[in-house]
Amino acid sequence: MAKPMESYRWYELNVGCVIDEPGNSIVYKTGDWRIMRPQTDYSKCTKCGLCWLFCPDNAMKPNEQGFFAPDLDYCKGCGICAQECKFEAIQMVEDRK
Amino acid sequence: MKRVGIEVSAAIAEAAKLARVEVISAYPITPQTHIVERLAELVADGELEAVYMNVESEHSALSACVGAAAAGARTFTSTSAQGLELMHEILFIASSLRLPIVMVLVNRALSAPLSIWCDHSDVMAARDCGWIMLFCENGQEAVDSVIMAYRIAEDRRVLLPVMVNIDGFTLSHVIEPVEFPEQELVDSFLPPYNPLFTLNPERPVTMGAYGMPEIYTEAKYAQEMAIKGSKAVVKEVMEEFGRVFGRRYNIIETYNLDGAESAFFALGTINENIKTAIDALREKGKNIGLISLRLFRPFPSEELIEILKNLKRLMVIERAMPQGAENTPLFNEISSLAFHNRLEIQLENYIAGLGGRDVDPQEFITIATNPFQKDGKMNYKVIGVRG
Ligand code: SF4
Ligand code: SF4
Repeated sequence: MAKPMESYRWYELNVGCVIDEPGNSIVYKTGDWRIMRPQTDYSKCTKCGLCWLFCPDNAMKPNEQGFFAPDLDYCKGCGICAQECKFEAIQMVEDRK
Repeated sequence: MKRVGIEVSAAIAEAAKLARVEVISAYPITPQTHIVERLAELVADGELEAVYMNVESEHSALSACVGAAAAGARTFTSTSAQGLELMHEILFIASSLRLPIVMVLVNRALSAPLSIWCDHSDVMAARDCGWIMLFCENGQEAVDSVIMAYRIAEDRRVLLPVMVNIDGFTLSHVIEPVEFPEQELVDSFLPPYNPLFTLNPERPVTMGAYGMPEIYTEAKYAQEMAIKGSKAVVKEVMEEFGRVFGRRYNIIETYNLDGAESAFFALGTINENIKTAIDALREKGKNIGLISLRLFRPFPSEELIEILKNLKRLMVIERAMPQGAENTPLFNEISSLAFHNRLEIQLENYIAGLGGRDVDPQEFITIATNPFQKDGKMNYKVIGVRG
């Protein structure tokens, strides 16, 4: 499925809704149900990578300076990264779209 | 074709063998046991080259069939009553994933009270699971239906699981004369299963993925179109079966219906007793017929309307007790058909033969010669209940 779900008609679906195109989940931005998002205070961050390790959606990504920031296309705002950061560098803030 | 005397359960196992099933996964439950015992024997003796999976429950039995069918194997399972209930969750998955599994359901009453005897409460509780459903009245039909079931199920226009219903004991455990078709003929009629998608690491696919609200309705609609469309394929397959094997089947079977004003409507072996009653009634000058369905799902509405148009009275005999419903499952189908097509027909609803209770032909003679009377506040009459 390479197009947005809501544009599919019933007869365009594969038999049994089989997905025959591996890796197509990339086209689905799963971050759209988020109401909170993590905000990192880089003055506290030690670049330890715990937030990256614990993020269940693989949404935390290192940037060029080695700090971690969420990819908002996929971050669901679960807050696990903020919980796991031992340096209280991550705050969950309201996500204004 | 050789004609042999054989227990119908064993004959069904032979039919699965003739269909060259590759994976059998089943859990023994009365009265289905003899089918899977015989299949286990055939596999153990090397007469049937298939994988026989011993599983710990019916839930696993059907789950294993789902997995095997998804991997591209021709799969077989069989169960009864509580076993079907334990499979219930997976019934939907098999049909939604469009896997052409064939199951023989040996019809049996549901507990409680515990009963191993025949009625149709098991199949009726699973009637809307998206499976194609066939009914059989005798051993020959059961054998032929298993072979046809694979042809129907695996047709690229269908790709749905098929349930072949046979009555527990009254059919499963009787010895009947059965003609087995030659293997070469079955092979020509039923080519190897050629799946559309398979679980194959060389070409990975995802089956059973998450369906968001944006897509679920479309998915169900597509499935509904598939089962509705399968009726034409069922007819086609039955016709071709007749051409190849010389035994002709129809999705609706009738008996003495020409010029009849009234008719019985029933499923399964009870029809044999109804036919005996019809013969007796005919001698007394009463022109009465019988309608029975070989195909119950998809419901053959258009064909039934054509038949019901010419009738004044229809006596629906149901072998299941609905709990708290307006009417019995079979009757609901017929009455909505009559209502939506403005058929002027008097519909009567009887429940008979629950949990293996005998209904002798005399009961049907009584039904046919007396006016319909409801049972208290219920819309149906329960035959033989002591009150
Ligand atoms: S809020 Fe949850 S999803 Fe988002 S980056 Fe943190 S752990 Fe990952
Ligand atoms: S867990 Fe906290 S300190 Fe460690 S990299 Fe993430 S934000 Fe920085």
